[in-house]
Amino acid sequence: MTLLELTDVTRSIRLPDDRMLHILQGVTIAVDAGEHVAVVGRSGTGKSTLLNILGLLDSPTTGEYLLEGVPIGRLSNGTRTRRRGRDFGFVFQQFNLLPGRTALENVAAPLLYARGRQFWNRTKLATAMLERVGLGDRIDTMPDKLSGGEQQRVAIARALVRGPRVILADEPTGALDVETGGAVMALLDEIASQTGAALVTITHDLAVASRAERQYRLTDGVLVPIQLDTQSDWVGDVPTLVANRSAASERRLPEPEVSA
Amino acid sequence: MTGIVGAIVEAWDELRIHKLRVLLALIGVACAVTAITSVTAMIAMLKQATQEQTDRQNGRLVSLTVNAYPMNESAATPTEWDAAFDQLLDRYSITYASRDAWLQVPIRFADGKRAIQIRTVDADLGTINRITPATGRWFAEIDDTALAPTLVVNEAFLHSLGLVDLSSHPTVEIGDRAPVTATIIGVTRDEWPDAEPTAFVLYDQYHRWIGDDGSGIQSGGAAPAEGSAGAFMNQQVAQMYLWVPTDQASELTARIKQDMQSVAPGWQVDVQDNNYGSGGLDKASRYVGIGIGGIALLLGGLGLVNIALVTVRYRIREIGIRRSFGATSGRVFFGVMLESVVATFVAGLVGVTLSVAIIKNIPIERVFGGGIQDMPPFPLSAAVVGMVCATAVGALAGIIPASFAVRVRVIDAIRY
Repeated sequence: MTLLELTDVTRSIRLPDDRMLHILQGVTIAVDAGEHVAVVGRSGTGKSTLLNILGLLDSPTTGEYLLEGVPIGRLSNGTRTRRRGRDFGFVFQQFNLLPGRTALENVAAPLLYARGRQFWNRTKLATAMLERVGLGDRIDTMPDKLSGGEQQRVAIARALVRGPRVILADEPTGALDVETGGAVMALLDEIASQTGAALVTITHDLAVASRAERQYRLTDGVLVPIQLDTQSDWVGDVPTLVANRSAASERRLPEPEVSA
Repeated sequence: MTGIVGAIVEAWDELRIHKLRVLLALIGVACAVTAITSVTAMIAMLKQATQEQTDRQNGRLVSLTVNAYPMNESAATPTEWDAAFDQLLDRYSITYASRDAWLQVPIRFADGKRAIQIRTVDADLGTINRITPATGRWFAEIDDTALAPTLVVNEAFLHSLGLVDLSSHPTVEIGDRAPVTATIIGVTRDEWPDAEPTAFVLYDQYHRWIGDDGSGIQSGGAAPAEGSAGAFMNQQVAQMYLWVPTDQASELTARIKQDMQSVAPGWQVDVQDNNYGSGGLDKASRYVGIGIGGIALLLGGLGLVNIALVTVRYRIREIGIRRSFGATSGRVFFGVMLESVVATFVAGLVGVTLSVAIIKNIPIERVFGGGIQDMPPFPLSAAVVGMVCATAVGALAGIIPASFAVRVRVIDAIRY
C-alpha cells in the first residue's frame, strides 16, 4: 500500500487585503515505504508548505491526502497530532534543537510523547540513536557547543528515535558547508534505508536532490516530476537537470496565481 | 499514565533548565506564602500572648468568680462557706478552683514591721492565673500539710528583706501579736516598677497558722467592735475562682449561684464569668491575616503571570518543535500550566520553610512584651492554605500563557 498519497492538493491563504494567494496548485504525489523522494525548487515556491502538509503540520485547502489509505480529513486533531509524532520525523534546515538541553535530552524529547516501553526507556533509546549517528561521545554536550554538522546529526537522531515511517527533511544541508552537507545526507540516506523509512527531502540543491530515487520540481505551486543526472559525485560536481519526466511537465509553468 | 508522567517530567525539565527565570517568577509567590503563613502564625502567637496576659489578670477561660456581700447589718457571716466550696468542687467535678482573699498582714522586714497586702489562695490559682515564679516555685498540694506556712513573694518583698535571691532559703515573721515564721519558696516578678511588697500564702495555711485566733489579721489593733459599721464592712467571705469548661459555663453560673446563695442567707451572691471581649480580636485578626495574605498572593500571582507570558512568547518556537514531535494541544496546555503549578508548589514549600524559620526565631519577649507559656503550635492549617493558594495561583497564572501557547499555529511557531 502507498504510504503517502496527495491527489490534486491545493493550499491557498487569504491575504490581509482579502485576495487569495494560491501556494500549491493541483499537487499529486505518492510515496511508498522505504522510498527516497526529493522535491527541488526555488525559495517561495511552496516547498515547505508541501512538506508541512505531508507532515500533518498543515492541511490542504482542497484535494485529498491519504495516509496509508486513510483520508487525513477524517482524522481528529488529536489523532493527527499523535500520528505526526509516531509516523513522521522532521529534520529542519536550522536544526531546531531545544536550547539549554543536552544532545541526549534533545534526542529523548520526542519520546516524552511516546507511550509504553519507548517512554520509559527513552534515555537508553536516545543514547543508542546518538551512538548510531556517531555522537556517542557527545551526549552531554549542549547544542551551542556542537558544530553545524554535529547539530544536524543530533536533529537526525531526534527525527529517527521514535522509528518513524517517514522522514521529512526540509533543506537538511541548507546551513552546512558542501562537505558536511554531503556527510549528513549520506548518514540520513543510510539510516533511512536501514530503518525502512521513506525519506522526503525538500531542497533547492540539485546535488542533494540527486541522491533520491525520484525527484520533483516545485515551481510556483505546481509539482512536476524531473530526472537528474545522478552519476555525478557529491563534491564538486553539480548534477544537471536532464529532463522533465512527464509530458505534462513540458507545458509552461504558470506564474504565481493571485486571484481576487 | 505515560502522558501524565511525561507532562510532569517535561515541566520539571523546563523549570530545571530555566532556573533563573523560575527563581525570579517565584520570589513573589514564595514571599506571599511566607507572608500568609507567618502572619497567621504571628496572629496566633499574639492572640495567645494576649490571652495569657488576660488569664494572668482574670483567670483562664472560662473562670467563674463567686463573690458574696452582706445585704444588711443583721446578716451573719456564713459559717458553711468554705465547706460549701469543697462540696461545689465535688458536685460539679471542677478540677481547678481557688479561694482568694486579700488581707493586710504585718511583716517584719529589715527596716522594721510593716503591714502589707497578702493574698490567701489555693494552689490551683497558679494554674488558673498562669502564675509562674521567676525563681523558686509555686505552691503544691503538699504545702497544705507543711509544718510552717510558705510564701510566694514578689521581688519588692524580697528586696525589702535585703535579699536578691532564694539561695539562703529565707524566712520571714508574719503576724503581730502571735507571729509565725514563714518560708519563702518562690518569687514572682513585680507587676510594675516600684511595686509594693506583696505575697501569696495558701488559704488553709493562713487560717491554720495565722488567722484562726485572729491575732495576726489586723496590724497592731483590736478587732472591730461587734455591731459597728466597721464590723459590718469587715464581714467578708473569700472570693472563689472556678475554672470550668466553656460549654458549661453558662449553666454552672446559674447553678453555683443558687447553691452558694443557700448557705449565705442575707447575703448577695454574684457569679460572673470572664468570657467576654475576645471574639472581636479573633475576627479582626483573622481579617487582617486574610487581607495581608490575599494582597501578597495577588501581587505574587501578577508577577508570575507577567513572567510566564513573556516566557511563553520566548518559547513559541520550542512549543512548535514539540508540536512536531506529536505534542497535542492539550498536552502543550497542560505542560505550560503544570510548569506554573509545579513552580508555585515549590515556591510554596520554600515560603512555608522560610516562615517556619522566621517564626521559630522571633524574639518573643521583645515582640509580644512578655513570654508565652503555652506556645501555639505552628499553624499547619495556614501552611496548607498557603500551599493550596500558591498552587491555585500557579494554575490560574498558567492558564493565560497556556492558552496563548495553544493558539499559535504549529508552522508559525516553528518559524518564529
